[in-house]
Formats: sequence, structure tokens, C-alpha cells
Amino acid sequence: MALTQDEVLAGIRDIVVEVAGIDGALVSLEKKFADDLDVDSLSMVEVIVAAEEKFSVKIPDDEVTKMATVADAVNFIVAHS
Amino acid sequence: MSKTRVVVTGLGATTPLGGDVPSTWEALLAGKSGVRLLPEGMLTSVNVKFAATIAVEPAEVMKPVEIRRLDRSEQFAVIAAREAWADAGSPEVDHERLGVVVASGIGGVTTMLEQYDILREKGARLVSPHTVPMLMPNGPAANVGLEFKAQAGVHTPVSACASGAEAIGYAMEMIRLGRADIVIAGGVEAAVHELPMAGFAAMKALSTRNDDPTRASRPYDKDRDGFVLGEGGGIVILESLEHAEARGAKIYCELAGQGLTSDGYHIAAPDPSGSGVTRAVKFALRDSGVDLSEVVHLNAHATSTPAGDVAEANALTAALGEHMSHVAVSATKSMTGHLLGGAGAIESVFVVLALKHRLAPPTINIENLDDAVKVDVVRDVPRPLPSGPIAAINDSFGFGGHNVVLIFKSYE
Repeated sequence: MALTQDEVLAGIRDIVVEVAGIDGALVSLEKKFADDLDVDSLSMVEVIVAAEEKFSVKIPDDEVTKMATVADAVNFIVAHS
Repeated sequence: MSKTRVVVTGLGATTPLGGDVPSTWEALLAGKSGVRLLPEGMLTSVNVKFAATIAVEPAEVMKPVEIRRLDRSEQFAVIAAREAWADAGSPEVDHERLGVVVASGIGGVTTMLEQYDILREKGARLVSPHTVPMLMPNGPAANVGLEFKAQAGVHTPVSACASGAEAIGYAMEMIRLGRADIVIAGGVEAAVHELPMAGFAAMKALSTRNDDPTRASRPYDKDRDGFVLGEGGGIVILESLEHAEARGAKIYCELAGQGLTSDGYHIAAPDPSGSGVTRAVKFALRDSGVDLSEVVHLNAHATSTPAGDVAEANALTAALGEHMSHVAVSATKSMTGHLLGGAGAIESVFVVLALKHRLAPPTINIENLDDAVKVDVVRDVPRPLPSGPIAAINDSFGFGGHNVVLIFKSYE
């Protein structure tokens, strides 16, 4: 069964809190990983690896480079789960 | 041309004796041992079951995300640097005139080994993207540089157990050369892991006094059988006297000079002639302009190895001659263990405090003084140092034949 956007957002929120150490309330769809959430390019690798494990999806590297916002990541995962 | 005078205006530390400078100094004066049995999970086939592990775990004073992104050695550096910077009054600085020199002997060895385990067990994809910034030996310096936005230069001398002292000397030269007004300087080490321990044990360098760990580090004692591995680090804030005075900084003392030599003798064993050490002390005296009669205290390298302690004591006597009998010698590794790349830094912190409080810290665990040790060792309780202008020496040596001697002098 496909995951809902809310389910994926909640999972991404948990991952970003762990990886970047920020308040989970800050993690919403329109936020940019690098500018708003202190997820730099190194930490983005951690987010992606953790998301792949959590949602059992494969996220190709060229997709990762296009994921500027939380919504970009959530929508990709929803579409491919 | 006279040299730019360099003073110490801040101190920071995290050590086996305490999570900061005041708690470490208090435990040091009380003659406490920072050596502990290793926890169950760290016991291995290595025949050394103890180490001088850190008193306050970094996770107690840092955010989880910092713990995640920083190697343990980097955590120590940032913790000690924060304390030192606050102690210096958190000065407003021109970032282009702020430097960092923080050393490590081995670098992020625990990160490297843990990530290697992950690579072998789970594959490359799960290796942390922070692996390289965490294992690189310049990582502690780089992270301190980031924390305080240092832009005058961030450096990492690597000379095994002389690294911390070499960093402080390098920092002094940055100020003398006019490259910086303030430099955050020191050294750290976080190598309490079975592989480095197995390596040191294979060299027969570590004490194996497993039945009595707190008495294992016993410099100058007849029955010393090797050093005790320690972890942690120390940081000093160095500043040009002019800059310190202009901002009304509290001044602990002056870093007056340094002497650097190398043995060219053996990769690990001390040169029995001690000529490299003797020359380094003489160079440091000349560089500092300190009169020999002012030297009243020395924090020795004295790691508690059978060969090293006596070779050092003899070399010091050769350098200072008759005056050596007037120098109160402390071997603080008897309490802290050997912090490797952090040793010269934390021992410089101790020298600075000894000058400030006019108190030489004790050396513990000497049950029977080795007859071959001819220097005046401060035993068991602290010893008052004289009033008036005084100076003190910190010497550090490293595998590879590195000799570093720093001379600090009182400032009034």
C-alpha cells in the first residue's frame, strides 16, 4: 500500500531531527534542507540513506540533487513507495 | 629587534580528572588518579584492562548533533576551546587576526575504525559522509576554527606525544610573526580503543598493572612498567601582550619562548645521551630571555616508562646544570595518564596554573624513588613556589624523536 504524504513527512521529520539536531516543529513541506534545516550536503547523504531504509525505496543520486525542499523528498518517496 | 610578547589569557580543558579546568586542577592538587578500569564492552584480548578515560563524557555537555558530526577528539577540542574562550572574556575579535593551532597525535582513529567496521559489515552505502572530516588529524583544529570563525590560519602540527606542545609553540610564533593577535592553541587525543592499545602494548610501552590501575602510572618509581593511555585535551588562549592590554584582559602569564629539536636516533626509543632534549632546553632558554635563576618549576614529560623517565631527567640536568636542584619537578601523568597529542597542551595548562597559584602540583604513586633519578621531584602534595618573577618549563617528546620545550614566566 502506498504511503501517504503525512506518513512520509512524519518519517522525514524524525530523520532530520536526528541528523541536524533541530526542532521537529521546523520541519514542514516548504522548508529547504540546506537553508532552513541545517542539512548540508554531507548531512543530506545521511537523510537519504536513512529515508531509503525507513521507506524501503531507492533514491538515485541524480534525484537527490534535485531535492531542495522537504516537499521534493516527500513527494518522490510517496510516488515510489 | 625585540620579539612581540605573547601572554596567556584563557584556559580550557577536559581531562580524566575533570570536565573543565577548575575541577581538573582541584583533583590534580589533591593527588587524585584519573585512571579507571575499562568498561566491560571495551575489554579485549589486549593485556591492558585500564586507561585514564575522560571524567565527563562529551554527550553531557554537547548537543546530540555535535556528538554525531564530530569525532571524539574534535569534541574534546571544541569543549576545551569553548571554556578557554569564555575564560578569556569571549573577546570581540577581528576574525582575520584570529588563528587556531590544535594538534592531535593520531587524529580520529576511533571514527576510522568504527566506520571500517560498518564498511565490512554493512557495505559502503552506510559509511557516514562525515567519516573523512571526522578522521582527519586537522579535524579538531578545523572545528575549533569554524566555531570561532578563525581566518588568520588554522594549523595542526603532528609530532606524536609532542604535538600539543608544538601547537602552542607554533601559535606563539604566529603572533610573533604578526600573523595573528589571538590564537586558540592546544592539543587533544581520543585513542582509547583496542587497536591503538594493542599497538602500544605490542611495543611494551603500556603498564600492565591490571590489579592496581590507579597506581599504574608511576613516573620515577623503581617499579614503573610503562605508561597509562589517557584521553582528553587542553587549550590555551594566546594573545599579543599589546592586544591583551588594550582590551583589559586578565593575564595569567607570559609564554616566553620555545626550543625545538629532533633526535635522529630511533623511531621510538629515547636517545640515551639526551642531547636532543638538552639542546631544546638551551634553545628555549635563549629564545625566552629568561634567566636560569628564575626557573623554579618544570612539568616533566615523564610518562612512567622504564627508559624514558631517567633519560629525560638526566638530559634536564645536563641542560640546567647545578640549577636543576632548585627546580621543583612535577610528573602529572601520574594522575592524568598520557594524553599523547593532548599531553603537552594539558601540561602547559598546568604550568600556567602553577605560575598563577605559585603551586607545583604533586607526583603520585612513587613508592620507591628510582636511584637513577637525580632531580627534585614534588611528591604526593603540592609545593609552594617562590614569590617574585619566576618561570617554569614544560617539555614534551614524541615517537619519531621530537623534542619540544616551552618556557612560561610570571607576569605582573
